[in-house]
Amino acid sequence: MLVPLQDAIAELVHDGDVVALEGFTHLIPHAAGHEIVRQQRRDLTLIRMTPDVIYDQLLGMGCARKLVFSWGGNPGVGSLHRLRDAVEHSWPLALEIEEHSHAGMAAAYAAGAAKLPFGVLRGYRGGDLPARTRVATVTCPFTGEELAAVPALRPDVGIIHAQRADRHGNVQMWGILGVQKETVLAASRSIVTVEEAVDELEPRPGAAVLPAWVVDAVALAPGGAHPSYAHGYYQRDNSFYVAWDAISRERERFLAWMRRHVLGTADIGEYHASLAAEALAV
Amino acid sequence: MSSDGSAPAVSADEMMAVEAARRLHDGTVCFVGIGLPSLAANLARRTHAPGCVLVYESGTIGAKPSELPLSIGDGELADTADAVVSVPEMFAYWLQGRRIDVGFLGAAQIDRYGNLNSTVIGDYAHPEVRLPGGGGAPEIALGVDDVFVLLRQSPRAFVERLDFTTSLGDNVRVVVTDLGVLEPRERELTLVAVHPGVDVDKARAATGWNLAVADDVRETEPPTDLELRALRALRTKGHEHG
Repeated sequence: MLVPLQDAIAELVHDGDVVALEGFTHLIPHAAGHEIVRQQRRDLTLIRMTPDVIYDQLLGMGCARKLVFSWGGNPGVGSLHRLRDAVEHSWPLALEIEEHSHAGMAAAYAAGAAKLPFGVLRGYRGGDLPARTRVATVTCPFTGEELAAVPALRPDVGIIHAQRADRHGNVQMWGILGVQKETVLAASRSIVTVEEAVDELEPRPGAAVLPAWVVDAVALAPGGAHPSYAHGYYQRDNSFYVAWDAISRERERFLAWMRRHVLGTADIGEYHASLAAEALAV
Repeated sequence: MSSDGSAPAVSADEMMAVEAARRLHDGTVCFVGIGLPSLAANLARRTHAPGCVLVYESGTIGAKPSELPLSIGDGELADTADAVVSVPEMFAYWLQGRRIDVGFLGAAQIDRYGNLNSTVIGDYAHPEVRLPGGGGAPEIALGVDDVFVLLRQSPRAFVERLDFTTSLGDNVRVVVTDLGVLEPRERELTLVAVHPGVDVDKARAATGWNLAVADDVRETEPPTDLELRALRALRTKGHEHG
């Protein structure tokens, strides 16, 4: 059931698709994002609650024309310079944005997973955001209360990273799980990268399992969340997030970094070797 | 400024964290963001309020980190939490379900009513500075009983008119700054305390509107040695990573 990540991206992610790569601080699918950059997908609508370093890379490499999001920053560090350059200066391309709150995005993903047309929440009240985004008011037929309605998120492709899969392609993940399950269930097609393939999944307290038949492709990508982390495998590379601020600040340095470590490598193994070689040279 | 004079002077961040921590109590359920709010809530838990419940929006409820986390989703938060829930559950069942007492917010701009901007500086469609955006803030601001704002005071941040209203100030109970403490009096944020060594004029000069000042402005209590020791022990990890 396992396929090479290159094949999964080539077959399932097309130019112009609506693509969601999720992972809330934990289990961010960096290896899959890098493969999208290598295969030079264009005109994507990218969805993500917290676009961080991987979306900075995708936007800076010109893969997207639209971003749907609720918080776009480098957590604990500051700005995403490539995201800002795209919004403020249309570099490398003009970027349309559709901005929500976390609560709104979460409700929209849950609605998408349930195949409902919209999510409902007590939110988007007052302030300037409602006039700038896709939200409407619905009236509760039972109590008359007015509530916010957000259109369901239904990505063409949902991509997540998980700890492990078995030989049949059943996926198991644990720790902070964000909106990953909803992303897979809301999407028309889905790709899961994993740290490890095992003969059989051992039950784990608090773990979620996605059965093989709701996932289109499972690809092995050990270390594939870096600089994010995989609970039980490796820790978050906090120093990388700090370093990214300087790497991404100027266009030329950003492009040079991407050419060397992403375009210049074939897969997650070579990416890690490339980073290690640079660290040794310093 | 510690009583024995041996410790380094109290920094503005430390003063803000201590003032915020003192407002949390045993049993307070507190929605925490990264940075100063996390520092304040963990300080409260390490000193006078060991039963303070820390909720991070990544889905960790009752997290008890031994060191200050650097992101809202650090593994240690999940390992030490009473429960780890998904993000849709966090916002629907726990925040919207009104199970959280206090929410901390920061921002780039605040107005005299406690409304906050964390979205853009300049025009939304053509911003001078695109900020990260609201994230959890719009629903936190209205979904908890008490909003605490932590923000350094300057005319650029404390403005007459926000460039964009990200969240509403209806539930803002206190704004702790590097200069003092503001609380709403008849809706308008009013200076009620200044930190040691700060005078009222300095706070006025750092505010972009005509700052209301309480008749009985007090001086905040400097951090105790216990508070400072707990605070500095928590920050060790953060310093290692600059």
